[in-house]
Amino acid sequence: MTAIRLGLLALLWAFIFSIVGVLRGDIYGTRVVTRAADRRGNTPTPPPVRQPRAIRRGPTHLAITEGSMRGSSVPLTDGGVLIGRNPECTLVLSDDFASGRHARIYRDGDQWLVDDLGSTNGTYVGGERIGERVPIGEGSRIRIGQTVLEVRK
Amino acid sequence: MSTVDEAPPKTRRNTELVLLIVAVAIVLIAYANVGLAIDDSLPVDLVTLGGGFAIVAFAFHLVLRWKAPYADPVLLPIVTLLNGLGLVMIHRIDLTPGGPNAAPKQLMWTAVGVIAAVALLFVVPDHRRLRRYTFIFGLAGFVLLLTPLLPLIGKNINGSRVWIGLGGFSFQPSEIAKILITIFFASYLVQTRDALSLVGRRVLGLPLPRARDMGPIMIAWLASLGVLVFESDLGTSLLFFGLFVGMLYVATERRSWIIIGIGLFLAGSYLAYLLFAHFQERVSLWFDPFQPGKSDQIAKGLMGMAAGGMFGTGLGQGHPELTYFANSDFIIPSFGEELGLVGLFAILVLYGLIVERGLRAGIACRDGFGKLLATGLAFSIALQVFVVVGGVTRVIPLTGLTTPFLSAGGSSLLANWVIVALLLRISNQARQPSDPERPERLSTDDTQVVKIR
Repeated sequence: MTAIRLGLLALLWAFIFSIVGVLRGDIYGTRVVTRAADRRGNTPTPPPVRQPRAIRRGPTHLAITEGSMRGSSVPLTDGGVLIGRNPECTLVLSDDFASGRHARIYRDGDQWLVDDLGSTNGTYVGGERIGERVPIGEGSRIRIGQTVLEVRK
Repeated sequence: MSTVDEAPPKTRRNTELVLLIVAVAIVLIAYANVGLAIDDSLPVDLVTLGGGFAIVAFAFHLVLRWKAPYADPVLLPIVTLLNGLGLVMIHRIDLTPGGPNAAPKQLMWTAVGVIAAVALLFVVPDHRRLRRYTFIFGLAGFVLLLTPLLPLIGKNINGSRVWIGLGGFSFQPSEIAKILITIFFASYLVQTRDALSLVGRRVLGLPLPRARDMGPIMIAWLASLGVLVFESDLGTSLLFFGLFVGMLYVATERRSWIIIGIGLFLAGSYLAYLLFAHFQERVSLWFDPFQPGKSDQIAKGLMGMAAGGMFGTGLGQGHPELTYFANSDFIIPSFGEELGLVGLFAILVLYGLIVERGLRAGIACRDGFGKLLATGLAFSIALQVFVVVGGVTRVIPLTGLTTPFLSAGGSSLLANWVIVALLLRISNQARQPSDPERPERLSTDDTQVVKIR
């Protein structure tokens, strides 16, 4: 009797550990691949393009302070920064509330300006919905969908 | 920039088959153990009853192979084991002198539950279809909650008016209503969560949504709570309230809901304490279960678990029948007595695994409705187990709720099999390899618009 009693408990726990063994593969079952790699894998990956040099004076980069990509940043370059969900943008947002081509940040002389490119949910600077050629400086906060970008030096 | 890819998908149906064989074997050994301990012989119906139970489980497995090949592989074995252990314990309490005769009924309801779950897998090939009937589900759940108050079919058993009687059978409609209202919450919150979390004003530092976004859900929730108060079923109203707060938190990602929820909960408990004499009695028994002249149910349960000790007395060798409702509300102390702390913890881990698999299905699911529904269902199981186990172990005051899959009670068993079928359906969707076209189209998808009207 004692053998069956303890055997039943042992079997119960053996069952639980076998389930945990099955789940282990599920927990570690993801792998991280760099986005540059081609999904089909039949064309060689292009050599990494060197980022154009950032401008020394004035703001140098945009930091994402809110939204799913919080923590990352992009350099502000002479070519300007195109922001949106479209993969061809400089800053590709994974934000359902951003449009494909949502906004553009570019330099005009000593100033940095933002254009809203006719986005669905709008671009906000300092709480106000903007149109075109809105000047921004260090510390300005730009809201696009659920993402907030801060201009930093 | 990097992306996270899932490992190549596997159906894992063979894993499920192996685990299912182990689960059925454990149940059969437990059944044999009861027979050996009480009658000193193997039960005569071990082959027929055990075979029937195994056939039901394997039939479900075959349906999964056919209808939901990518469904989660561990849910069915866990649930089969829990249901089987519950049957064994109910049968064991039937065998005591003067015991009830609940096991055949429970076995029949197991079959009904499995049939309902299989039917659901056939009828709902894609859980997103449930979204079409958002308000119908909400209304149906509400009407089901009301039915016990109807004069002819409503029945008052043990001080709670939560039963309906139909031709000799009694049924607890709140169990089914729980599922319907979870679907309603999930579906409604997916529609309105953007408005709920983005539009609104701050009160005392807490962002509050607008009344028109909150209205329908508040009405649904207040109505169900009101009905439960009139039926004096505090356990179920606690379950509904927790479900409501939990799903709002998951949908909106606003911590303020937890603060508001706990505040409302404390106020509600205090009000209930002032209003209901039987709740006051529960609270005083919670503080001191050994008072003379009061119900000794909790005390007997505690004594039973203490008698079990670490490894338990062994199935059939303890006296769980001394506690009232030893096969329903107090089935956890019954297991604690006969399987001991080690066995009881195994059962609790099994519940934990069910909840983990439900949440995992929610994480992996690709659509918001599936995410919320899976989370809500998993959370309802977690909360229910907490309320029941917490009640009998004096963590919280005792409230009458059934232990999922273990307790004797047809409606609860049926509802829990339906919940598992829904989780299997969602996990099938979540684990299925995705359509390779999808990533290409991502950028041309319509931008979501915040609906503020």
